[in-house]
Amino acid sequence: MRRVAITGIGHTIFGNLSDFDLVDVMAYASADALDDADIRKERKIIDQVIVANMGGGRLNHQAGIASSLVSRLDLEPAMAELVENGPASGGSAIKVGFATIMSGLADVVMVTGGEVMRTVPGWEGTDFVASLLHPEAEYNYGLTLPAFGAMFTRMYMDRYGLTERDLAILAVKDHENGEKNPFAHVRIPCTLEGIFDSPDANVVNNYIAEPLRLYGMCPVSDGAASIIMCATDSQKIKHFSKKKPVFIAGIGAATDTHCVHERKDPLELKAVKQSAEKAYRMAGISAKDVSFAELHDAFIILEIAISEEVGFFERGKAKDAIAKGITRISGKLPINTSGGLKAKGHPLGATGVSQVHELVKQLRGEAEKGRQVKDPKYGMAVNFGGFGNNIVTTICSKE
Amino acid sequence: MIINELEKKLRPPEIILDLYPPKVITLANGQKMVVREAKREEIGVLLETVHPLMGVPRDFYDIVAARMYAELLGWFRYRVTNEFVLVGAINGVIAGIVNSRLVDENIGMSLHTLTIDRGLRIGAQLFAAKMEHHLEFLGQKEVWIVAESPIGFRRWMIEYSLENREHLFPEIRHELGGVPTYVLTRALYDAVRKYKVSGQRPVDPDLLSSTDVLKAPDEYPQIPGYKRSKK
Repeated sequence: MRRVAITGIGHTIFGNLSDFDLVDVMAYASADALDDADIRKERKIIDQVIVANMGGGRLNHQAGIASSLVSRLDLEPAMAELVENGPASGGSAIKVGFATIMSGLADVVMVTGGEVMRTVPGWEGTDFVASLLHPEAEYNYGLTLPAFGAMFTRMYMDRYGLTERDLAILAVKDHENGEKNPFAHVRIPCTLEGIFDSPDANVVNNYIAEPLRLYGMCPVSDGAASIIMCATDSQKIKHFSKKKPVFIAGIGAATDTHCVHERKDPLELKAVKQSAEKAYRMAGISAKDVSFAELHDAFIILEIAISEEVGFFERGKAKDAIAKGITRISGKLPINTSGGLKAKGHPLGATGVSQVHELVKQLRGEAEKGRQVKDPKYGMAVNFGGFGNNIVTTICSKE
Repeated sequence: MIINELEKKLRPPEIILDLYPPKVITLANGQKMVVREAKREEIGVLLETVHPLMGVPRDFYDIVAARMYAELLGWFRYRVTNEFVLVGAINGVIAGIVNSRLVDENIGMSLHTLTIDRGLRIGAQLFAAKMEHHLEFLGQKEVWIVAESPIGFRRWMIEYSLENREHLFPEIRHELGGVPTYVLTRALYDAVRKYKVSGQRPVDPDLLSSTDVLKAPDEYPQIPGYKRSKK
């Protein structure tokens, strides 16, 4: 069985990049990855480019994005494909890239995820994302992803006693990390007083979809991230000597019902659990071996729910771990060291790639001051599509 | 100061306005922003604050800053009537400015909202304070509003569900270029007040005194690399 190393990473800032062309944004992140891998001059060694994007056709009026990126980077004749898998497109693209190398079809693969969403007003963006819901059973009734996030949160609160204050504590932790991340969309720290305890908090941190408030939602972001992967048994690995590689130790994906109401227990995110189990199995580890994780917190409740599904905490107990500081950078199991989707931002197609970018950065020991996890061995990323109906889990290791 | 006869003819008649009582808003990052009425003698630092933004096309800062600059000068030189200006200041540094004026005792004419610090909803808080002044302290019946940017349209027209009086043109027209006029009525204001208007009174005297001497910001997130030259 081949082994796959991540040999280069690139990232743009996340934020409002609506003045830029989608493919240009992806090209910036890709060029950053080429530089990081030190193969700008030898870039033709890349056999395959896989692009992760969800809204290029609808939001940017652009098709054929993958081959366009290849041309923009002068990578011809590399093979090029687009992976669209909702907000899990990034994780899926990495999985497809990994499989392409494992199959022997390619030795070096570049995976670039990107999105430019702020070309349309917020409500149009929300409507676009809602188009991943069931058209007749969900979308037609006015359901949106924030509405799902809110209903999920309320159910969770009722069952496990989670409070809005617990969510605010979590937001403070995520923003603390995001403030130190140069790529993060929202680099503004928040305080518990400011977003919850003060009499002004009701206005400053208003409800978006009750009980979720502004600081419980990810921002609408543009941006791109890129990674370069190489088979360790390939002659081409010699080109990547600048930095110590990080390895893909395990990768798994799973799906759940399209309609949330068809699930026996809507609070049970089966696909998260199953994808994590597959990734653990491939890596030969269990939850207790994970040093840190990037979890897809498009809505802040998801950081809690996913951390329980992947086995970090018992169901209903993640809030206690958060209160004790276990998930902070200095804690026993740091979560969302990048700021998470909450503070770093969520450019749909870029998110899964950005999560793995963060794993590599941490495992290399290159995270910024105050954000570096101490001596990490395994990092885990969970990229969440739909409302839990398509999940990709990636585990990276230092050795 | 002696005002000559010609100057007297050039100056508009003025209604003496009740002052806006200062308040303090705790922002999401925990900082305290004092919102208070600006004084005529502070126009220099207000102009200094607004000026660099006249060269920023993004999010329509250029037109908002240029128009506000002219409106502040109009106030300073007595060429506009019944104008009031509110500032938001954090540690004495100006974080945002709003201005407005009274057409008559019943109708307010909202002019501009300019935010320096972004990401903390300062503009939204200051706009709400401006509406609070018109409707609660000056006792007006309605405020006429236009937006020059999509952000403004979303924040005011949509979030306040403003009444569109475009069809009543030209009887009802905002004085900023005759663009579609929207109106905040007292009923609309009352419906959103608790979600939009923040701030506590009275302001601690020490905190309030931190704004005795307003300072122009040294940096602007809208102008990367900008550094104000030291006098």
